[in-house]
Amino acid sequence: MAALTPAPAATARSTADSAPRRSPRTDSERLFNRVTLGTLLALALLWLAPLAWAVATSVRPPGELATDPTAWFSAHSTLANYREVLAAGRIPYWYVNSFVTSALTTLLTVCTASLAAFALSRLRFRHRRPVFLLILAGVMIPPQLLMVPHFLTLQVAGMLNTYWAVVLPQVPNVVAVFVFKQFFDGIPVELTDAARADGASWLRIYGQIVMPLSRPAVSAVTIFVFVWSWNNFLWPLLAVTDPQMMTLPVGLTSVQDAFGLPQAQLMASAVLGALPLLTVFLFFQRRIVEGIVGTGLK
Amino acid sequence: MSATAVPGAGAGAGAGPPAGAGAGVGAGAGAGSRTGAGSAGRGTRTPSARGGSAHTGRWTASGMLLPFGVFYVVFLLGPLVYTAVAGFFNGSLVKGGLGDWVGTANYAQALGSDEFWSSLGHTLWFTVLTTVPLILVALALALMTDRFSRGKWFFRLAFFAPFMLPSSVISLLFMWIYADEIGLAQGVAKALGADAPPSWLGDPDWAMISIAAATVWWTVGFNFVIYLAALQEIPREVHEAAAIDGAGPWQRLRLVVVPMLGRATTLVAVLQLVASLKVFDQIYMMTGGGPDDATRPSLLYVYQTGFTDGRAGYASTVALLLFVIILLISLVWFALIRHTEKEA
Repeated sequence: MAALTPAPAATARSTADSAPRRSPRTDSERLFNRVTLGTLLALALLWLAPLAWAVATSVRPPGELATDPTAWFSAHSTLANYREVLAAGRIPYWYVNSFVTSALTTLLTVCTASLAAFALSRLRFRHRRPVFLLILAGVMIPPQLLMVPHFLTLQVAGMLNTYWAVVLPQVPNVVAVFVFKQFFDGIPVELTDAARADGASWLRIYGQIVMPLSRPAVSAVTIFVFVWSWNNFLWPLLAVTDPQMMTLPVGLTSVQDAFGLPQAQLMASAVLGALPLLTVFLFFQRRIVEGIVGTGLK
Repeated sequence: MSATAVPGAGAGAGAGPPAGAGAGVGAGAGAGSRTGAGSAGRGTRTPSARGGSAHTGRWTASGMLLPFGVFYVVFLLGPLVYTAVAGFFNGSLVKGGLGDWVGTANYAQALGSDEFWSSLGHTLWFTVLTTVPLILVALALALMTDRFSRGKWFFRLAFFAPFMLPSSVISLLFMWIYADEIGLAQGVAKALGADAPPSWLGDPDWAMISIAAATVWWTVGFNFVIYLAALQEIPREVHEAAAIDGAGPWQRLRLVVVPMLGRATTLVAVLQLVASLKVFDQIYMMTGGGPDDATRPSLLYVYQTGFTDGRAGYASTVALLLFVIILLISLVWFALIRHTEKEA
């Protein structure tokens, strides 16, 4: 759900943030803080452990894995598993497919949702309220339940096994409309009224005034739609059966099915599958968390 | 910040530097006047644009709503209507089309079949196993993290990073961890003193619990960051006032902080319930619904009847029944959004 407001309302919070929150007053509080920190660090390590375990497994030579499967470290660490997986598999194709389909989904979603939200926020037309409520009600339709009609539609359109099959059903995103409308509602009416009085068309006001002002909303929607689309599994699994056209998450299941692939290579594939979003996350941690929390879609 | 639907959402608003937002509006004003200056030369257009604004307004609105509307109708509303209608026919995925009218036969079959009820039972069992810990663990982690002003980024990284990963990576990883004999989980259980640890994914009694545990690890970060943002919204003065009144850390937590997280908890609970009821990915990959269908959730049942058996009509019936259940829960979410909309 949306919490992005263009209004500069966060002054109180940001000062509270920069100042140290509470300085411990008494010995018992200091002890309490130390115990808390210890627990928290232990839990953080527990949370990082499975990822570290995957990496540790992926660099072990296959022979060693058989003799001592649960050892964390190997004296003969090797990147051979990664080389094998990259050479034999289709992972590079899946990277490209995932990127193209996610980018197309994001672009179409941002354009269509913001345009609709602009009309709902700024234009006065009959049945505006019912139209808005109808769109909002779509939030209650889980797209996963629509797999049969989606499949039939794209089958009839002859689009299965194409990028469009993956992209199109993901485009109508009600939450994106909601986020944009909330943001647009916060932009002062005087701005658009003045442009209107000067004879600018609504389309121009949308493109040249409102959208440039709405960068926070655009970036939030871009982030959550891209991540959600990149990780989407059930629909791409049905839409594409050609291994060359699969997205990364779907492709990785075929790695798992490939009988007899050594564990170390499976883990190398998993690490390669985790790498793109994890890298992006490391660099843009704060914005991504805000984008995903601010839009509240799951 | 009156428009905040989620207490946590404040993170979104608060995150952007306030000065930046102000500057943005200022720049916008500039842009507005520039547009004005630019179109002043074509002032002749203004009267006609204004005169017909009621009429052209409607056409502009329709035009702007059209692109989204087409996608909405073709891929959301239409398919829902199809699902409702197709449930009364015996359509097949192979032949296409609706098939023949069978009345309520599909509904009778679904409601009378063990498979429907057992898969629904598994979905609900998974929902219970995940929703409760996902709320409590997230709350605990956020409360602890909130005590420290420095190092928040590290905990956010540790707890949220798994949420960014695709379900298939999670599945590959946990199938290795849960592997019989050679997996880490059995190794740890043995080290802790279990003589014969269960086959985590192969034992019908343990499979769902194991999948739920992996899911908690995977997705707790989302609830964690929502709670963390909500906690940062609580003004410092509240803590200080409570401390001056002599409340210890535990009392402050129980009597002051937790009650102020009501909205965040509602949001987290509703999102979590809806997400858990739609569980599919990790079960499809880790157990395929087995052993002996012991973990098959409702959505996998829809998938199997529709795409393995090719029974589009029957699958639609099951999908619609599942939709009704999820609908009842998401109505709460809808009410929340509307409430926010009115405030805004």
